[in-house]
Amino acid sequence: MKCSKCSEKAVFLVPKFCKKHFIDYFEKKVFETIKKFSLVNPKEKIVVACSGGKDSTAVLYLLKKFHKKVVALAIDEGIFGYRNKTLIDLKKFCSKNNIELRIYSFEKEFGKTLDEMLKQKQHPCSVCGIFRRYLMNKYARGFGKIATGHNMDDESQAVLMNLMKGNVDLLWHSVPMTKKVGNFVQRIKPLYFCSEKEVAAYALLKGFEVSFNECLYIKDSFRNQVRDALNNYELENSGTKLNILKKHLLMLEKIKFETSFFQYCSVCDEPAKEDICKACQLIKSFK
Amino acid sequence: MKIFIEKDEKMMEKKFSGKIIVLLKSLDINPTSVLVVKNGSLVTEEDSVNDDDSIKILNVISGG
Repeated sequence: MKCSKCSEKAVFLVPKFCKKHFIDYFEKKVFETIKKFSLVNPKEKIVVACSGGKDSTAVLYLLKKFHKKVVALAIDEGIFGYRNKTLIDLKKFCSKNNIELRIYSFEKEFGKTLDEMLKQKQHPCSVCGIFRRYLMNKYARGFGKIATGHNMDDESQAVLMNLMKGNVDLLWHSVPMTKKVGNFVQRIKPLYFCSEKEVAAYALLKGFEVSFNECLYIKDSFRNQVRDALNNYELENSGTKLNILKKHLLMLEKIKFETSFFQYCSVCDEPAKEDICKACQLIKSFK
Repeated sequence: MKIFIEKDEKMMEKKFSGKIIVLLKSLDINPTSVLVVKNGSLVTEEDSVNDDDSIKILNVISGG
């Protein structure tokens, strides 16, 4: 099968492109998202939240190419057999591409690895999410924004999950750039309109040394169920994920943005919905 | 043909000749969630494979 733009062999089906034209198409789409939604301004330095996986590595590479001023920030949760492997890939990548890398660990910051925390029967994704967001926000403060590797699949899943759970406030998180609220660092998502499959193909074609494996704890999550259902629907109705996001953004334009109430944690001074933030509540429960 | 399914870290032998999309269906794999590498090169689901080929099926799902 030939590329729709030249006589080379196609390596991707929708759109039908050869290696060169697929890479051009993908980079153009990411750069257009950055420009359209003004994700970066020329003076600021961007923190890229990195895991060593394909999505965040692609964002790191493309922001370095487009914007230059980037620093990689990784959280080592302490997931044996997974994170230790992806961090090796990330260290190699940053060294090769001359990018500063900062790593913060659950063990050093909270006294336990995620593996140890879960011995107390906590739900893995909830514990991990609370601590990861806490550290990202804390250590990205002072920089312009945090860029994450969230792609079209992640975001369309999040929209559906929040609708199904009635988390209306959280719908404002599924956007290319979050609003500025308190001392939360704004988040940007340059891969917002790129499917997971496109990002994987880009990482593979660029020769990034990244793992394609998923986190060992993700198997039982609600997200997994939504992802499978959405993938099955996408197979029969191509364009479903993109449509969800386009309509979601249109809908948000018609709704007044209201910040849900927050204060500052009386223990650590980070933003919190209650007197003590979720991270400090969890730390207390481990003692 | 030799098939390596990365998600399950499973290597298998299968007699098959035809389009990759049909092969994926026979393995109960959704093509939106994988990339297929044939003899070391990325190929589309519309490409064909035969018994002499070596296939790697990569999961595209985000790691987290």
